[in-house]
Formats: sequence, structure tokens, C-alpha cells
Amino acid sequence: MTSLLAAETATSFPVLTALIVLPMLGAMVLLILPNSRPEHFKQVAFLVSAATGALAIWVLTDFEVARAAEFQLENRQTWIEGLGISWHLGIDGISLWLVILTGFIFPVAIVAVDADHEPKSYYAWLLVLEAGCMGVFLALDLFAFFVFFEIVLVPMYFLIGKWGHGERAYAATKFFIYTMFGSAFMLVGILSLAFLNQAETGVLTFDLVELAESQAIATTTARWIFLSFAIAFAVKVPLFPFHTWLPDAHTNAPTAGSVILAAVMLKLGTYGFLRFGIYLFPEAAVYFAPALVTLGVIGIIYGAIAATMQRDLKRLVAYSSVAHLGFIIIGTFALNTEGIEGGLLQMVNHGLSTGALFLLVGWIYERRHTRQISELGGLQKPAPIFAAAFMVVMLSSIGLPGLNGFVGEFLTLLGAFAAHRWWAVVAATGVIIAALYLLWAYQRVFHGPAEGDNATMPDLTLREGLIIVPFIVAIVFLGVYPKPVLDRMEPAVDALIQHVEDNVPDFEEPTAGYLAPAVDEAPGGEEADAEGGE
Amino acid sequence: MVEAVWLIPAFPLAGFLLILLFGRRLGEPGAGWLATLAMGGSFASAVVVFFGLVGEEEEQRQFGQTLFEWIPAGDFSVDVGFLVDPLSVTMTLFITGVGALIHLYSIGYMHGDEKFSKFFLYMNLFAFSMLMLVLGDNLLLTFLGWEGVGACSYFLISFWFTDEANASAGKKAFITNRIGDWGFMVAMFLTFTTIGSIRYVDIFAADANLAESTATAITILLLVGAVGKSAQIPLFVWLPDAMAGPTPVSALIHAATMVTSGVYLLTRMNGVIDASAAWAPATIAWIGAITALVAATIAIAQNDVKKVLAYSTVSQLGYMFLAIGSGAYVAAIFHMITHAFFKALLFLGSGSVIHGMDDDQDMRHYGGLRKFLPITSATFIVGWLAIAGVPPFAGFWSKDEILAFAWQESYGLWAVGFVTAILTAFYMSRQVFMTFYGRYRFADVRPEEIADVWSTRVANAESALTEAEAGIGEAESAVTKAAEKLEKAREKLATREREAAEVDPDDEKATDKAAKNLDKAREGVSKAEAALEETTATVEAARGAVAAAEAEVARVAAAATSGGLRTEFSLFDAPDMGDLDEADLPEPARARREYHPHESPWQMTVPLVLLAVAAAIGGVLNLPFASDVEFLGRWLEPTLVDPAHLTASAGLKWVLAAIAVAGGLFGILVAAAIYLGNRFPASKVELPILARGWRYDEAITNFMGGPGRKGFDFVAWFDATFVDGAVNGVGRVVRSGGGQLRRLQSGLVRSYAAMVAVGAVALLAWFLSRASF
Repeated sequence: MTSLLAAETATSFPVLTALIVLPMLGAMVLLILPNSRPEHFKQVAFLVSAATGALAIWVLTDFEVARAAEFQLENRQTWIEGLGISWHLGIDGISLWLVILTGFIFPVAIVAVDADHEPKSYYAWLLVLEAGCMGVFLALDLFAFFVFFEIVLVPMYFLIGKWGHGERAYAATKFFIYTMFGSAFMLVGILSLAFLNQAETGVLTFDLVELAESQAIATTTARWIFLSFAIAFAVKVPLFPFHTWLPDAHTNAPTAGSVILAAVMLKLGTYGFLRFGIYLFPEAAVYFAPALVTLGVIGIIYGAIAATMQRDLKRLVAYSSVAHLGFIIIGTFALNTEGIEGGLLQMVNHGLSTGALFLLVGWIYERRHTRQISELGGLQKPAPIFAAAFMVVMLSSIGLPGLNGFVGEFLTLLGAFAAHRWWAVVAATGVIIAALYLLWAYQRVFHGPAEGDNATMPDLTLREGLIIVPFIVAIVFLGVYPKPVLDRMEPAVDALIQHVEDNVPDFEEPTAGYLAPAVDEAPGGEEADAEGGE
Repeated sequence: MVEAVWLIPAFPLAGFLLILLFGRRLGEPGAGWLATLAMGGSFASAVVVFFGLVGEEEEQRQFGQTLFEWIPAGDFSVDVGFLVDPLSVTMTLFITGVGALIHLYSIGYMHGDEKFSKFFLYMNLFAFSMLMLVLGDNLLLTFLGWEGVGACSYFLISFWFTDEANASAGKKAFITNRIGDWGFMVAMFLTFTTIGSIRYVDIFAADANLAESTATAITILLLVGAVGKSAQIPLFVWLPDAMAGPTPVSALIHAATMVTSGVYLLTRMNGVIDASAAWAPATIAWIGAITALVAATIAIAQNDVKKVLAYSTVSQLGYMFLAIGSGAYVAAIFHMITHAFFKALLFLGSGSVIHGMDDDQDMRHYGGLRKFLPITSATFIVGWLAIAGVPPFAGFWSKDEILAFAWQESYGLWAVGFVTAILTAFYMSRQVFMTFYGRYRFADVRPEEIADVWSTRVANAESALTEAEAGIGEAESAVTKAAEKLEKAREKLATREREAAEVDPDDEKATDKAAKNLDKAREGVSKAEAALEETTATVEAARGAVAAAEAEVARVAAAATSGGLRTEFSLFDAPDMGDLDEADLPEPARARREYHPHESPWQMTVPLVLLAVAAAIGGVLNLPFASDVEFLGRWLEPTLVDPAHLTASAGLKWVLAAIAVAGGLFGILVAAAIYLGNRFPASKVELPILARGWRYDEAITNFMGGPGRKGFDFVAWFDATFVDGAVNGVGRVVRSGGGQLRRLQSGLVRSYAAMVAVGAVALLAWFLSRASF
């Protein structure tokens, strides 16, 4: 993991910078568009986000699998020289898929639901949000990362507060203050890290790679700084017991906000743990791993149980996120290849399945003007295609093999089992409760007799179908053939684990303890003692 | 030829995809024929692979075929690949064979259903999943099939989803299965972390070296999975409810194939079971034996034709677990195959009966159907003889083998198995006698209908009584009024008399007038007296009417509850209608009198006949007379590490077989005595506790709805009150603490957010101005 290639790539088109700048410019363009043609706002916003998505695809094709462990397509510009802050962007196997996910989710969220008022600022905020999310996933400078990590709060605050439902002011404020409170700790942590590192090495830098490779600060200090980062990330994930802003924010956010919140923004925390927590503080990550895995397991069970008892469909999905994110955490802090890759894949999976669930719930709300489970029922009869789409997405969320959710869930549990056996055994019961709350909700919403307005609920429109089909294709594809995705992650994940092993003396990747050679067994049983021929 | 193995699951997958894309256009019966054709192609491929494998040397009968790498992550890697060996090929043969027949049958059974093509969509997806389950070359691919069949089972149980009960049954099946799947998953984790692979060939190579404790743990965890999927104690409750699905689904998924997955999995992993501590297989055997017995006891008191078969399936699967726990893997697979034949036959037969009986599933409403449904009844009787263990039908051979192994393992296991065999013969005979023999009862007025009529009559009598009672009140108030009038008239008379006395006797006019008045008053009194008498008589009459009404109520009530007018059900006597006539009966009862049971179309009867042939002669697959004719045993031998062998002498085997046959005949005779001969009442054996399944399901439901739900509610309450309450509490403290912070809720945050935004934009602008690209 070096940044030596920066000079080489700087001459070509800075595609990663473009991923951030393009949506930002799009937002500015929206602001100068005349108010007389409101339909243009959505079109422009969609085109800009689609172009950003296309850039993300370009990144994917340019990405060299063989060098997936390194940061590629780097951009590096000195930013604030005196403080050692630089505009440093790069992508590796860990961030690649989150960038692709972001590039996919935003145009979908923009096209899927119309703004009900003030479309200009609505779409502008969405584009700012996209720029911020891209920035978080691409930044390799702690200062730049922090700026982006904070920027994303603003558009989401306004999206919830202005275009939300119900107690939207309360939810927006809670969301904002809660996550601000977490990041305040991180800011202190970042500054301490940079200055303590300067005290040890004489160089003031905020560069992620340089800080991670120097490992200059004392063990105990590093643990404290890790904790300051961990609080910010734990709130963002959210980890139990820092999760209660999430149901309020999700429930009251507009549909596009919920989709983005679930699909992309929750990943800022889990990605932060991986990219910054473990990479910068390998010793502290190993030290605190059992505690974090414990919180993850509690989140899995607790979130699932709380989801079961929700009466609002959106709240139910929100609590299910707490459970799903718990799987990501236990995989990440299993600190082995299976667990971390599973966690990374689960970030993408959760983005697809929960994003799609929020879309579908949003469409139900558009049609029925309620999300109360008790007021819905029998919707499969008037809307069979809608129900089928919901079913596939739900099964993905439940973790049915053959669909994407299973692969991630299985790998995280497998990794966790190798590292913390009993916790994994407990966490695996989460899959039972997941089936309980989703199937029960499905039954109450889609099965049974359809009465009143439920009996006439319109089925999916063509436009909605075209929006949901890419989700379903991705859900099936990642379930059947996740290899291309996993292959691109693995070198980076291995390098990260190697980094931890190199810097933590007693640490060895927890993995399978082999009992017998598992290869080169000729097919055909030696055990087949022929006891009489044909 | 074995290379064609990929075709076996490819056919139903293609069928699924085609119906997914064109199902609505294909409609009925096109979609059904396409799905059936896909299963036929799959069966043909399986036959080709089978002969390919037979052509190999016995030691060479194991092939792998890898399609692509599925999940690679670090040291972990699994493929989508197939393991072709005698065990998997045996499974595919009967899955595709029986499956094709059930698909054909469904074309007739699902006729007219508005979701006809969707049904076949699910059926083909199910077949694909089931084939992946048995052909997968690693535990994870088996797990994919395992959960896939569970999902299809869920879709198909709740197929008619507008009925809440069906929807609940589907959900219950899925969730109960998930409990088992937890065990399967943890078993995979443990296998991987100890062996380093979950491919079967790697497990076969390593299982002998497993530590006993590890092998035991894996075995027990796999058993948890198998208990869920194969509906054994304690997770069997979902299977009887699963009968809510269309009957072909019950036959294919909940009898012949999916529910045997647990037996397949344990057989596949027999090397690990072999390496585990002795108590692990013993646990398997005892779970199987107890399940077999308990389910059989419940089956004898069920009246729903499919519920009997459902509990019977649970019971028969128990036999297979008993066999596996005794090391008799061949016997388990043998019984799995014969059971697939006869149980699929019985389910399809029951479906044909239901189809012919206007969707009625209550056996009390059948009787004497032999003459209406000749093919169905003949084939059903073959299935009955097979499951009852009557030689030479298929079930006899496989059950006998299991009992012989049980004897060898433990006399206790054998005794439980033997008692179960008697009960099996009994409840199946009961079903056959109630359905096909005896009095035709479909046209009967049903006890509940008679009760309805009687309760209407009682209600009528009671309302007459109320009226009569109201009449007394009226009459009595009339009496009071008449008495008052009389009183007044007498007063008047007294007044007149006084007036007459005071009149001057010389005043003639006045005297006359007084006399007239006096007469009038006297007349008024006598009229009032008459009126009083009359009203008093009315009261008497009203009293009489009430008494009569009371008597009528009592009579009707007595007649309705006892008194010769029988309302409880009887197999043998037509219901006593008393003085009821046709016009009193509700519409459905009159319609039933006109109804004629009808035999099913050929798409349904052809599968019945073919399955009946298989159920009759299936025993030849594995005859116990000499090792030469133990075809299945020799065929499966290479896939088994250390199968048990019968050491009993030929004489003992004959004796055991004779005892088993005698037990079966005893069960049949007792059933005949009750259900054909009316020698003693059925209530002696159909105990309410059995009808309610030992109240096991109720207990679970009560727990889930009671303490379970309370616990979940507590977590949600805790979250809202404490976890979130703490957050809001901190917010409140902060707000009330600082005067300036009071506007935190609204103004400050908003302006801070705006500041962050402005700052960010400024920073970005600054950066852009300095950028140099």
C-alpha cells in the first residue's frame, strides 16, 4: 500500500476526483436553473448522478485486479501545505464496491421518488450527499475524510427535516446531534494522532497511508485514539447501544433519504472501522475486537427482536438494519479473510436489499398513505408483481442461499466462528429471528384477505419495475456468482490482515485449524472395500 | 454418460425460467405440460447417469463435476459442483421419477385454479432445489438446496394465501425449519474449522481422523438440522400444518422428497457419525423411535384425511431415523424409497378422493367410496397394504429390515418400532375403512346441521315463551284495570243508593230518576264484575300458554340434546332426523344429497396406477434372502464407511418377520372390528388427547403467544424507554442546563448545519481554485 504511483496517474484524467466534483457541480447547476421549469430539476439530477454512476463503472473497468491490494487511480494534491493536509484520493479492493454501490444507489433513489415540494433544493441536497459519500470512500487523508464525513450530515439533515414525514424535525435534530457528537471525538482523535505522530517522527501529516505505516505512537495512547474513532463509527453504523437515532431517522426520512441512509450512509461507519480503525490502530483493533464483536452480537439479536415487535413497516426495516450491521461488525472484527470479506460483501448486500426494501415500502406508502402493518393486508392479491419483488428482496434480507445476503452472512459467521466460536453460535440464531420478523410482516401485509383500499392497490408500474429489476438482478447475481466481487476484495483484505499481523506481535489470523490435508484426494473411495463383484 | 449429471437439475431450472418468463402466456395446461416435460427430461438424464455409473467398476463409482467456483474467500472455497455416487444417483432417480408423476397428476388436480402456471413455477423450482440438495458436492451446496426447498415449501403451503390459516402454516414451516438450519450452519462452521474444507470428498478423507468430541458435536448439530427438515421431535409441528398446501405438494414435498432430506444428510455424513461417541447415533435412533410412536398415536385420532397421512409421514420418517441411529443406512434409504412410493401414492389418492368429494377432507363424510372411485380405491388399497407391512408389498420389506436392525441394536428400540407397526396398520386400516368401505355418508345430514336446525327450533320455542310471558303481564294489568273499574262502579252504586235514600219519596220524578240511576249503577257493577271475571280468565289462559311454551322449550331442548334424536356422529347409523324434514335442512345439506362423487381424470389416475405398481413390487430392490438379491445394499455399500450388518440367524429373521406381520394383521383386525364390525365404539381409541396431538402444538403456541411475546415486547419497551430514553434524557438535561443551548432543538442546529455547509463549499471552492489539473 504505497502512494508512489500518484505522480504517474496524475497526468491522466483524475476520475476519482471527478466522482466527487461532478455531483457537486451538478448541485450548483441545479441552483442556477430557473424555477420556471421544475421538471428539469429531476432530469438534471438524474443525469448527473447517472454520469457519476458511469464514472464508477469506468473505475471498475480500470481497476486492476492484480493490484487490488494497492491504492489505484490515485489523485494527490497538496492542499494545506503547512499542516501536511493533502487532497489524496485512491481506491482499492476495500473501497471499490462501496463506490460502485454509491454510484448505483443515487440515480435510482433520485429517479424512484419525486420530491413533493421544493424540488430544486431537494435534488441539489441529494447531489451534495452523493459527493460527500464518494468523498468518504475515496479519501486517503484524515482531514479530507473528516470533512466529507461531516458534510454528509448536512444534506441528510435537511432531507429529513424538510421533506420528511411525521416528527421530522425531532428525527433530523436527533440524527444530526447524535452523529455530530460522535464525530467530535473523532476530530480530537485525528488531531491527536497527527500531532503525536509529528512528535515521534518529526513530520506533520494527515495522510492515511503514512500514518498507518509509521505506527509511531505508544500502544496505550493508540488505544485511546482508536476509541475516539470507534465512538464516531459506532454511532454511524449504528452499533448497540448507539442505534436509537436510526429508527427515527429512517421512519421520518423521505423514501430517497431512507434508501440512501440504509444503502450508503450506514456503511460510512463500517467502512471507517475497516479503513481507519483497523489500518491505523491494528493493536487497538485486536485489543478491542472482543468488545466490538460482543456489541455486534447483541445488535444482531436485539435488533432482530426489536424489529419483530414494530408496528410500522419502515421502523421494522430500520431495526433489521441494526441486526444486519451487527453481522458486518462481527465479520470485520473476526480479523480474518473470510470475516472481513463477508463483512464487505454484506455492506454491499445490505445496501441492495435494505435499499430495495425501503423503496418498496415507500411505494406502498405512496399508494396507501400508511405504513402501519395493521392497516395493510392481502396486498398480494391486487398486486402480485409487487409482492413477488418484495418477496425476492425479503428473502435476500433473510439470507436465503442463492441470493446475495446469504453469502455475506455466511462468511461473516464463518469468520467469526474461527475467531470467537461461541459468539458466532449465538449470532447464528439471528437468522432464525430474521425469518420470524420478515415472514410475519410479509404475512400481515401481503397475505390474507384484501379489504377496503388494500383490495385496489395498484401493482408495480413499468417505471417502478425498471427500477427494481436491477436490484433483483444484482441480488441474484451476487448470490450465484459472488466470485468477481470477492476476488477484487481479497488482495486488499489480505494486505490489511498482513498489516495487522506485522504490527501486532502476538496476533495471528484466526482461521481453520487443519486436522487433515484437504487436498489431492483422488475421487473414488478407498473405503469401498469390494465385498463381491458384479 | 455420468457427465450428463448437470442436465438433471438443468431441466427443472430451465422449466422454472421458461414459466417465469412465459407462464402467463402458456397458461393452462401449457405451463403444466412444460413443467412435467422438464421433470421427464430430468428423470431421463438421471437414468442415463445411473447406467453410466452402473457401467463403472464398483470402486470407481464416484465422480465429481465442477461447474464454477461459487464462494472463494481466503482459505474457504466451495464450488457449484456435483458429486455423482450411488447415494446421490439413487436419490435423484426417485426424486425425478416420483416428481414427474406428481407433476403430471397436478395438471389434473390444479385444473381451473387461477394461479395454475404459478403452481408449476414453484414446483419446478422445488425440484431444482431438491436436486441441488442431493447432487451438491459440498455441504454448502446441499444447504442451498436445503433452504431452497424450504422456501418453495413455504410458497406452496401458503399457495392459497388469502386464507390466513394457509399463510400461517407456510410461515410456521419456514421458521421451524430455520431453527434446524441453525444447527446445519454451525455444523458447517465446525467442519470447516476442523477439516479445512466442507467438500464431501475432503470430509470422507478426513472424518476417520476427527476427534471423537468434534465428530459428536458435528453429528448432533447435523441432527438438529435433520430434525427440523424431516419433522422429528421436537420440531415436527410444522408438518401437519403444512397440509394446508395443495395435495400434490403434500405428496411431493411433505412426503416423498423434501422431508427425507434429513435422512439423506445423515447418510451422506455417515463417516462423521461413525467417528462420534456412541451416544450420538443412539440419540438419533431414540429420537426416531419416539417420534415414530408419538406420531402414530396421534394419527389414530385424526379425522382429516390428509392429517392422518401427515402424522403417518412423521412416524415413517421416525423409522428412517431409527434405522440411521442403528447404523442401518441401507435400510433407511430403502425405506425412504418405498415410503416415497407408497406415501406419494396415498397422498395422491387422498387428493383424488378430495377432488372427487367436492374438496371435503373429513373422513367422517366419506364411506363406501369404492364404487364411485374404483381406480383411486384400488390403488389406495395397495398403498395401505404396503404401509401396513403386509407381504409382499414394498413397505413390508423395508420396515422389516429396520425392525431387524433395531432388534440387534436394542430390544427397547425394537419394541417401540413394533408397537408403532401395529398402530400404523391400525390407523391406515381405519382410514381405508372409513373412506372406501362402510356406509356412504356424504349425503347424510351432518350432526352440526341437525344441531343447527334444533337450535333454531329451541330458539323459536323460547321466543314463543317470552311472548307468552309478556301476555301474562298484559292480562294481569288488564285485571288490575278491571278491578279498579269495578271499585269505581261500586262506589257509584253506593253514591246512587245514598242519593235514592235521600230523595223525597213524594217527588215522583226524582224517585224515578234515582231508581233509574240506581239501575244503571247496578248494571255498571255487574258489567265490571263480568269484565273482571273475563280478564282473570285471560290471565289464567296466559299462564296456561306460558306453561305450554315452557313445556315446549323443555321438550325441544330435551329432544335436541338426547331423547332418541341422536346428533352425534355415527359411522354406522344414518342420522336420526326425528320430525325434521327436507325443507328444514340448510342448502348445503340438500345440495349434498344430489352430489355424485366422481373418479378423477386420466392425468391423475395414471400416476396412481404407476405408483401402485411401484408400491406393490418395490421390495425387490433389496430382498433379504441372499446377498445376491440385496441390490440396494450392494449398490450403496461404497458410500458407507461402516454400515451395520445383520448378524441374526435366518431363523431369528423369520421369527421377527412373522411377529411383525402378525402385529400388522392384529392392527388391521382391530380396526376392522371397530370401523367395519362396530364391535366396540371408536371413542375407546380415538382419545381427545390424541386428537389434540398430546397438546404439544398448543403448548408451543401458548408459549410463543404468551411468555415469548412478552419477552420480545420487553425488549422493544426497553429500547424505547431506556436506550432511547437515555439519549433523550441527555438531550433534555443539556437543554435545560444552559440558557443559550435552549434553542438547540431548532435554531442552533439549523444554523450550525448551514455553517458546516457553507464552510464545506468554501473549502471545496478554495481547493478547486488551487487545483492544477
